[in-house]
Amino acid sequence: MTDDTSKRKSGDVNRRAVLAGGTALTASLFLPKSVRAQDYPTAEINTTGLAVTDDAVTIGILHSITGTMAISETGSVQAEKLAIEQINAQGGILGRKIDYIQEDGASDWPTFAEKARKLLVNDKVASVMGCWTSASRKAVLPVFEQHNGFLYYPTFYEGLEQSPNVIYTGQEATQQIIAGLNWVTREKGAKTFYLLGSDYIWPRTSNKIARKHIENFMDGTSVVGEEYYPLGHTQFNSVINKIRLRKPDVIYAIVVGGSNVAFYKQLKAAGIDMTEESPIVLTISVTEDEIRGIGGENIDGAYACMKYFQSLDNDNNIAFVDAFKEMWGEDMVIGDVTQAAYLGPWLWKAAVEAAGSFDVDKVREASPGIELTSAPEGYVKVHENHHLWSKTRVGRAKPDGQYEVVFETADLVEPDPFPEGYQ
Amino acid sequence: MTFSSFMTRKEAFGFLVLAAVIFLVLPLALDAFRLNLFGKYLTYAFVAVGLALFWGMGGILSLGQGVFFGLGGYCMAMFLKLEASTPENTAIQSTPGIPDFMDWNQITALPAWWEPFNSFAFALFAVVAVPVALAFVIGLAMFTRRVGGVYFAIITQAIAAILTILIIGQQGFTGGVNGITDLRTLMGWDIRSEAAKTTLYFVNGALLFAVLMVAHYIRKSKLGRLLRAMRDQPDRVRFSGYNVASFKIFIFCVGAAFAGIGGAMFTLQVGFMSPTLVGIVPSIEMVIFCAVGGRLSIIGAVYGALLVNWAKSTLSESYPELWLFGLGALFIAVVMAFPNGLAGIWSERIEPQILRLFNRSKDDKTAPKRAPAE
Repeated sequence: MTDDTSKRKSGDVNRRAVLAGGTALTASLFLPKSVRAQDYPTAEINTTGLAVTDDAVTIGILHSITGTMAISETGSVQAEKLAIEQINAQGGILGRKIDYIQEDGASDWPTFAEKARKLLVNDKVASVMGCWTSASRKAVLPVFEQHNGFLYYPTFYEGLEQSPNVIYTGQEATQQIIAGLNWVTREKGAKTFYLLGSDYIWPRTSNKIARKHIENFMDGTSVVGEEYYPLGHTQFNSVINKIRLRKPDVIYAIVVGGSNVAFYKQLKAAGIDMTEESPIVLTISVTEDEIRGIGGENIDGAYACMKYFQSLDNDNNIAFVDAFKEMWGEDMVIGDVTQAAYLGPWLWKAAVEAAGSFDVDKVREASPGIELTSAPEGYVKVHENHHLWSKTRVGRAKPDGQYEVVFETADLVEPDPFPEGYQ
Repeated sequence: MTFSSFMTRKEAFGFLVLAAVIFLVLPLALDAFRLNLFGKYLTYAFVAVGLALFWGMGGILSLGQGVFFGLGGYCMAMFLKLEASTPENTAIQSTPGIPDFMDWNQITALPAWWEPFNSFAFALFAVVAVPVALAFVIGLAMFTRRVGGVYFAIITQAIAAILTILIIGQQGFTGGVNGITDLRTLMGWDIRSEAAKTTLYFVNGALLFAVLMVAHYIRKSKLGRLLRAMRDQPDRVRFSGYNVASFKIFIFCVGAAFAGIGGAMFTLQVGFMSPTLVGIVPSIEMVIFCAVGGRLSIIGAVYGALLVNWAKSTLSESYPELWLFGLGALFIAVVMAFPNGLAGIWSERIEPQILRLFNRSKDDKTAPKRAPAE
C-alpha cells in the first residue's frame, strides 16, 4: 500500500483511477515523499490540543481483545497496526510518526464507552480506529459526538446512522444486500427466498431491506419465510425442516458468531448439499474469518456477498495479503472487516493531508471525496454521508476456507444509510 | 435508639473516613474524567452493600443482583430516552417522536407500558419499585418454600439469564443487545457535560451514604441480629416463633432496592443502559466486589467495589492483553489469603497495630466493622 491518495471533487467517481492505481503503486514505491514535520508547525496543524508533537501523533485503537468478540476483532486490530506501521515506514503523516494507544473494549459495551472517553479526554488522541459490533458503536457514539472525536468504524452494519464523528469504512446494509439479490435472481433464476438471521438489529434490518427489495423492486420474487434465533442458538433442525418443506430457491442467512458453526453443520447433516445449489445458500455474515470456525468442508458451495475477499486478484491485494501474513503469520486469513479496518488509518492519513491539519473539524471537512486507489478491495472513495463508495462482490466458498469471486458490480455502489422505500 | 447505640465511635470513624475518601480525597485528587469513572464504580457499591446485608449477614447468596441493577437502570434509561426522543431530534425516522430503536424495529407507536415513563416522578418511583416487586415475587416463591443456599443462588442466576434473553429478544421495546443509548438530558439538564457529571458524582455519593445508613441501621437493629441468627441456625429461629421467610424476603427486597438505585445512577453517569449489565457475568462480578471488600462489612463492600473496578480499569489500560489474568490473580489472592476481604485485613492486621500504637483497649469484639482507608 502506498501513499497514492488525493482529494477529488465528491460525486465524481472516476473509474480510470482504479486502473491508474496499479501503476501509481509501483511508481510511488520508489519515490519517498518529502513531507517534513517542520513544514507543518505543530501549533498550526493542531489548534485543539490533540496529542500531536513535532514528531509524533497519537491515535487510539479500541477493540475487544478479551471476551466473546475478541476472535472477530483481532483481525481488525492486526490490520490497523499493519497500516500504521506501513504509514510510519513511509514517513508518517505530515512528517509525524503515528503512535497508538490500544484499549480493550472487553466485549462489554459500557467498557467501550469508558475507554472511548479515556482515549478522547485523557489521551487526546487525534482519531480512533475501533469498535466492531453495532452495540459498541452505539455505546461510544455519544462520547465521540460530545468530545468531538473521530472514529473509523470497520464493520459492515445495518445503516440508519450517519454521525459527523464517524467514518464508516464497512458497507451499510444496502451496499451488501441489493447487488447480491439482483445477482442471484438474474444469474441463478432464483424466485423464492427464505430469510434467516440471528436476533438483533443488524440481521433484522438487513432482512427488512432484503424483503423490501425482493417484494417491491424485483419481478416475480417472493419471501417464503423469515425467522430469527437468539445469539448463540445452536439448534437449527426445526428451521431446516421448514426450509425443506417450503423449498425456497435461496436460503438468505444472516446467522452470526457461534451459531454459524451449528447452522452450516446441521444444514450439511440434513442432506442439503450447498454445492448442488438447491437451494442456494447466500449469506452476508460469513467471511473467511468465520469459515475458520465453521470448517471449509461444511460451507463448501455457499455464496457470500461482501465487498472484499482475500482471494481478490489485484496488485494492491496481493501486496496487502503478503504484508499481513509477514507481520502476523502465514496461517492468517483476512476477512471483509479486516480489510475495511486496514483502510481506516489510510483514509485518515489522506484526510489529514488534504486538510493540512489534525483538527477534527478540518479532517471532517476534508473527508468527503477522499479517495484511496491503493485499497486492497480496489478503488474506494468517501461519500458525503461518511460511508464508502465500494463494489459489491459475490464469492463462493471453497473447501479450503477461501472464496472464489464469481461476481462483482461493474461500478462502485453508492452508500445509502437511510434508503428510501426500504424503511 | 440513641446515637451511641446506633453507632460506636469506631464505626463512626469508619464512616467518616469513607466520607472523606468519597467527598474530599477522590474529587481533589482526580480529574473530571477519572472522577466520573469512580462515580461509575460507586454505583456498583450500592449492589455490594446490599449483598453484604443479605449475603454476609443473612447468608442468602444471590448471583442475580445484575437483574435489579439493570431494572433500576432501565427504568431511568426509559425516562431519559423518551426525553431525548423529541419529534425534532428524531425527525429522520419513519415515526418521529418514538425512541430510535423502536423505529428500527418497525414499531410505529409508543407501547402503552412506556407511557408512564414520560413522568420523572413515576420513573423515580419505578427505579425502586420495579426491582423490589420482582425481588418480592422471587422471595415469596423461594423463601416460603424454604429454597436456600446453593439452590437459591442457581435460581437467581437463571433469572439473570432469562431477563437478558428477554431484553435482547424484545429489542423493539428494549433496544435489544445495543441497549438504550444516546441519553442526553434530565429535565432539560445536559447530563453529558463535565459539570453535570461532577454534580452527579456527589449526588451518587450522598445517596450511597443514605443507603449505608439504612444498611447500618438494619445491622444494628433487632432485625440484623435475627438475620445473623437465621444465617447460622435457621431452625432455632423458626422454632422461636419467627417467620424466617418474611425476614428473608424483606432483606432481599432491601438489597434489590439498593441495586435499583445504583442502576439508575449508573445510567445517569454513563449515559446508557444495556443488557450486558443484567446478565450472569456482571451479577457474579458484583458478588466479587462484595467478597473482596469483605462480605461481612458494608463499608468493606464499598471499598471492594472501588478497588476491583479501579484495578480493572488500570490494569486493562496498562496491559490490554493481560489484564484479565491480573484481575483473576487479585481475586484468588484475596480470597485465599484473606477470606474476610479488605475488611478482614483491616480488622485482623492493621487495626490491632493502630490500637497498640494508641495503647487503647478494644472496645468492641464483634464482627469486623471497618475497612482500610486505602
